[in-house]
Amino acid sequence: MKHASDLSRRRLLLGGAALGAGALLTACTSNEEDEPSGGAQTAAAGNNQNAAPGEKVTIGFSAPAADHGWIAAITNNAKAQAAAYSDVEFKTVEAGADAAAQRAALQTLVAQKPSIIVLLPHDGKELNAFGLEAMKAGIPVVNLDRAFPDPLAYRLQIKGDNYGMGVSAAHYIIDQMKAKNVASPVIGEIAGIDSLELTQERSKGFADTLAQAGFKVGNRRAAEFTADSGQREAASLLQALPKMDALWNHDDDQGIGVLAAIQQANRSEFLMVGGAGSKAAIEAIQADNSVLKATVTYSPSMASSAISLARLIAQNKGMSDLVELQVPKEIILASETITKENASNYLKLGF
Amino acid sequence: MTAQTAAAPVKKDPEKPAAGERRWWQLDSTEGLWRNLALVAVLAILIITGIITKPELYSDGTWVRNNIFTILELASVIGVVTVGMTFVIIGGGIDLSVGAIIALAGVWSTTLATQDYGAGGMIFCALAVGIGVGVVNGILISYGRLVAFIATLAMLVAARGLAAQISGKQTQVSTSDFINGIAANDFLGVPVLVYILAAVVAAGWVLLNRTTFGRRTVAVGGNVEAARLAGINVKRHTLLLYALSGLCCGIAAVMLTSQANSAQAAMANLYELDAIAAAIIGGTLLSGGRGTIIGSLLGVLVFSTITNLFAINNLSTEVQNMVKGGIIVLAVLIQQIQFKAVTQFFAKNSKITTS
Repeated sequence: MKHASDLSRRRLLLGGAALGAGALLTACTSNEEDEPSGGAQTAAAGNNQNAAPGEKVTIGFSAPAADHGWIAAITNNAKAQAAAYSDVEFKTVEAGADAAAQRAALQTLVAQKPSIIVLLPHDGKELNAFGLEAMKAGIPVVNLDRAFPDPLAYRLQIKGDNYGMGVSAAHYIIDQMKAKNVASPVIGEIAGIDSLELTQERSKGFADTLAQAGFKVGNRRAAEFTADSGQREAASLLQALPKMDALWNHDDDQGIGVLAAIQQANRSEFLMVGGAGSKAAIEAIQADNSVLKATVTYSPSMASSAISLARLIAQNKGMSDLVELQVPKEIILASETITKENASNYLKLGF
Repeated sequence: MTAQTAAAPVKKDPEKPAAGERRWWQLDSTEGLWRNLALVAVLAILIITGIITKPELYSDGTWVRNNIFTILELASVIGVVTVGMTFVIIGGGIDLSVGAIIALAGVWSTTLATQDYGAGGMIFCALAVGIGVGVVNGILISYGRLVAFIATLAMLVAARGLAAQISGKQTQVSTSDFINGIAANDFLGVPVLVYILAAVVAAGWVLLNRTTFGRRTVAVGGNVEAARLAGINVKRHTLLLYALSGLCCGIAAVMLTSQANSAQAAMANLYELDAIAAAIIGGTLLSGGRGTIIGSLLGVLVFSTITNLFAINNLSTEVQNMVKGGIIVLAVLIQQIQFKAVTQFFAKNSKITTS
């Protein structure tokens, strides 16, 4: 009898502890910041006649649910830009985990008959057929960043310049090396997911441009666009190159891990160039207190621009600075280099 | 020659016929030793390959010392996970959700709300989430009678989903100097991460080899029915095994968060496969009932040494993955064919000569 009551008391204690821990844990899931942060990148110019409310349009939007800051910023930017227009109704569908899921989600979107669809596909090739189908049904498609191979599958394509990122990063490194009089620098590269075309383009632009100056990449490691993989690969790279002059890391999100690895290895003899242009990276460049001296942009602000352009297309307007009465068919953003000097201009574009 | 020496001890030791029929190298206890020696040989080959291909690096003493620590640090997170995984596999189960648990625990412990509680709160949170998810796995498998493969596969998907939900798909940066310092700091010249790995491995070894819990784990994995008839509470024991794996994931989450100074829902990608592969080339039987902690540790070290070797030679990840796959197959083949064949060969011979 006594034994039983002991047991139940112990169970009660255990249960209480578990409940307490559970309550404490659920209190810990909040990510609310104390002060609201800057947030999305929108541009609703006041005196531009195109910004004046026009015909009501419905913009359908779909982007993958990837676990990456850049994709999250794409979705947030699109939402915020659409909210900036009083004449835009914004309908979004999550693209799910792969191309098939996105295709299914897009079918439900088409059934709601939007005026235009803005779409960041999982894979441009796999969703090419959807683009064709929607265009045929009279719904213009704006392809965001991942190109459709078939020109009939989209009305507008707006994307970043992956090859150009490599070129910009290499140019910055070449300039710095020349300024420092380093004749044959040891250059490291930490790429993103190696099987993606965009990673290959970035690396090609980097290697091609370096070759023009007679430089080459000393060691190249491929991470997975995540901070922990960036740390892992950077730790290996630092070990492989005991002395390095420059390092290009393709992605600022994975750069958090790369910088951590550099700090853990106590290294500072080289300069590092980032990629994409995250807020944390731009702030670090501005503060100038780490090896990160520059980053080359691949800005998710393209989602905001895509929504603005989609609205113009749906309203049958052109871009006011251009002579043409219609929005152009293809826009490739330039990859800009952010350094300490111009970092303050870019801070509002960081994600 | 073999026949003569094999026959001799039987005559000397007639009161132990069972032990007499098996030589010391055939005993279960030394079988693990053989496997481990094979892995140590593989490690040695890898290191020698490194010395041959990059003599200019290996000639520098400080570099070699740093490189050993780099390999150990690379192995530390996977090593901790593999200890938990080894217990689960020896106990006849499998845990596919370890990577997802690390991501969930890491994300949960780096939310702004948790970081307000400081390093202690973050560590508590990571461990509690790890154990909690492990307990859910355990309940589903032991009391819900789900197949371990399916239950933990479901948890893999769900936990990563929850992690993505909590983090809002963003990378959460850890601002705690204490947490970030775990990966950056040394104690007496040895990185803190290496101490954690050593402590977890030592605790795992003691738990498996010197406690009733360890004996029961082997018994449950070897034959569930026999274990139940012997009076072991199989269900509760299974639950505890998954909770233990969860705890290891919680520890690993703190370590990985510290290494990357951040956490996100996609972190620890495919760690479950690395941990299972390491346990298996370390000699753990996938069907349960057999395995060693030291073997698993050596398995992890083989993988991290390969990664290091490929990095210093600037070889691509693709080649590295192919070699990894080859090594898994080779290691298992060597263990199965060579040692079984050799021991069976001797066993047959001694039977023929003694009967």
